Amino acid sequence: MTAVIETNGLGKQYGRKRALQDCTLSIPDGKVVGLVGPNGAGKTTLLQLAVGLLAPTTGSITVLGGHPGDGPAQLARVGFVAQDTPTYAGLTVTQHLRMGAYLNKNWDRDLAESRIHQLDVDPRQKAGSLSGGQRAQLALTLAVARRPELLILDEPVASLDPLARREFLQSLMEIVAKDAVSVILSSHLIADLERVCDYLVILVGSHVQLSGEVSDLLASHWRLSGPRRDPASLPSNQHVIEESHTDKQSTLLIRTDQPIGDPAWSVKPVTLDDLVLAYLSNPHRPAPVRQPHLGVVR
Amino acid sequence: MIRFTWMQFRVQALVALSGLAIIAIVLGLTGPNLVHLYDTSGITTCGARGDCSAIANGLLSHDRLLQDLGTVLLVVPALIGLFWGAPLVTREFETGTFRLVWTQGITRTHWMAIKLTIVGLASVAVAGLLSLMVTWWSSPLDRANPNQFSELFAERGIVAIGYAAFAFALGVTVGLLIRRTIPAMATTLVAYVIVRLGVTKLRPHFQVPITLHEKLATTAQGVVENVPGPGAATPPHLGDWVLSSNVLDASGQPFNPTKLNCSVLVTPGGTTPSPSSAASACLPRIREYSAGLRQVITYQPSNRYWTFQGYETAIFIGLALVLAGFCFWWIRRRLA
Repeated sequence: MTAVIETNGLGKQYGRKRALQDCTLSIPDGKVVGLVGPNGAGKTTLLQLAVGLLAPTTGSITVLGGHPGDGPAQLARVGFVAQDTPTYAGLTVTQHLRMGAYLNKNWDRDLAESRIHQLDVDPRQKAGSLSGGQRAQLALTLAVARRPELLILDEPVASLDPLARREFLQSLMEIVAKDAVSVILSSHLIADLERVCDYLVILVGSHVQLSGEVSDLLASHWRLSGPRRDPASLPSNQHVIEESHTDKQSTLLIRTDQPIGDPAWSVKPVTLDDLVLAYLSNPHRPAPVRQPHLGVVR
Repeated sequence: MIRFTWMQFRVQALVALSGLAIIAIVLGLTGPNLVHLYDTSGITTCGARGDCSAIANGLLSHDRLLQDLGTVLLVVPALIGLFWGAPLVTREFETGTFRLVWTQGITRTHWMAIKLTIVGLASVAVAGLLSLMVTWWSSPLDRANPNQFSELFAERGIVAIGYAAFAFALGVTVGLLIRRTIPAMATTLVAYVIVRLGVTKLRPHFQVPITLHEKLATTAQGVVENVPGPGAATPPHLGDWVLSSNVLDASGQPFNPTKLNCSVLVTPGGTTPSPSSAASACLPRIREYSAGLRQVITYQPSNRYWTFQGYETAIFIGLALVLAGFCFWWIRRRLA
C-alpha cells in the first residue's frame, strides 16, 4: 500500500506560534480519509502544506511521492477545495469553468459542464450571488474536473446547512465511486465523516492521536461497564482510552485486538462518535502498542 | 493564464480605455486650434520686435483648464499603483481566492509573471498614451514656454511610462507584504510620493551642470552695469535650466558690500553715493571691489532635456524591475 501523504516530523511555525509540530503520519492510497480534530489542531495547516500553499518550517512532507506545489506536474495531481470554498465573486459560473480550462492541462470540460448542469444554477450567474451550497459545489466541480489523483477538501461543509451538506457529500461519494480518486477530507463533524470516510486520522494539538481504517477502529474499541475496578488491573492487551467511575461502577472505553474474556464486564461496541470524542477529550493518554492493522503514530 | 488574467482585468482595462478615449476626443478637438493660434501669434518673429514675452503670455492664457490636464499625468501613475498594483495580490488574500488560484495547474511564479506582465504593460501603455496625447496637444504652448525643466518635466515626454511601471510594481510589492487592500493602498501612495520627490531632488545632478564665471561689467565709478540673465546672447540661453546664480567677489565670497566699510549703498545694477564726505575716499575701494565681482551660474542646457527624460525614465523602470524581482522571490520563497 503506497502512501498519498507521508510526513516526517512535519512542523509549521508562524513567528513564535506553532501551527503544527512534529507531525508524522502516513495516509494510504485509495481511501476516503477523514481528518478530525478540534479547531486549532493544525488540520488546515497540514492540508495547506500538502497542496504547497505553505512550506514546512521543519520536517518533510511528500504527496503522491512528490514535493507539494513543486511545478505544474505536481500541482495537476492534487485537487484542492479550500476552507469556505473561495471563488471569485465577480466572475460567473461559466467564467470559473473557463478559468479551470485555462489553468489546467487535464481539464475535463464535459464533466464540469454536466456537474454544473445537475446543480441547476444559471451558468451566467456570478459566483458572489450563489448560495453557500452552490458555491461549495462549484468549488468541488473546479477541483474534480481537473482530474486529480488526490482530492483534498478542507472543511468543505462546515458552513453549509444540513441539506446542502448532505448533497455535497452525496456528490463527493458519486465522484469517489466513479473515479479511482483518493480523498482527504477534514471536518469536525463526525457524523459527516462517518457517512463518507473509510479511514480516519485524529489530530489533536498537532499530534496524530490515532489513524486507521474505520472498520478496524470500530472492531477494536469497546465500551466496558461493570463493578468499580482499578483500570491498572486490566490485562496488558487492553488499553484504556477513557475511564469514568462512580462509587460502585466503572465505565471504560478500551482498545484491544483480543477477545474480552472477563464475565464481570458488560461489553458494548462503540460508535465512531464515541471513539473520536474519547480520543479528543483524552489526548495525553500514552499511545497503545503498535499493531499490524492499526497504525498509531505519535 | 494570459486569457484568465484578461478575463479578470478586462473591466478595469475598458474603464482606462474609455478614459483615454474621452481625453483623446477633447484634446483632438481643441489641439488644432492651439496650433493655429501659435502659427498666427507671430511668436516666431517676435525677436525682432521684442514682444516675445507678451505673445508667449497671450498664448499660454488659452485653454487654461485644459492645460491643467497635464496634472492628470501626475495623478494617473499613482492611481495605477493604488488601483491596479496594490489590490493585485491583496484581493486574492482578502477573498481567500489565492487558495483557489495558486492550487490550479500553474505555479505561483507563473501566475505572478503573467499578472505583472499583462497589467504592467497595460499601466505603461495607459501612461504612455496619455503622455503622448498631452505632449502633442501642448507642444505649441511648450514652444512658447521656456521652462521645460519646471514641474512640466513630469507631465511631458516619456517619464510617465517610468512612473506608471514603478507605481504598479510598488503597489504589487506592498500588497504582497501587507496583504490588506486599504493599508496597502495608503502605503503605496505614501511610498510613491516619497520616491517621486526624492528623484525630483536628484534630477539636477543627473549630469554635471555647466558652470559659468561671468565677470560683471562695471563703469569707471564701480557701478555694476547689468547682470546678464537667461535669454542674453551668451549662455545660459532661454530654456536652459539655471540651478544657481550667485554674485561672488574676487576672494570667492558672496557679494557683500558692507565689508567695504563705506556708507555707500552698493547693489548690482547701480550705486547710490552717500552724501557724506567720506564717499570720495571710498570710491577707489568700491571700484576695486566691483572690478572683482563675477557672477557664477550653474545650469543644465536645454539640449539635455531628452537625456534627462531618459535618465528619469530609466531610474523608475529600473526600480520597477527590482521590485518585480522581489515579488518573484517573495511569492516563491517567503509566502509559504
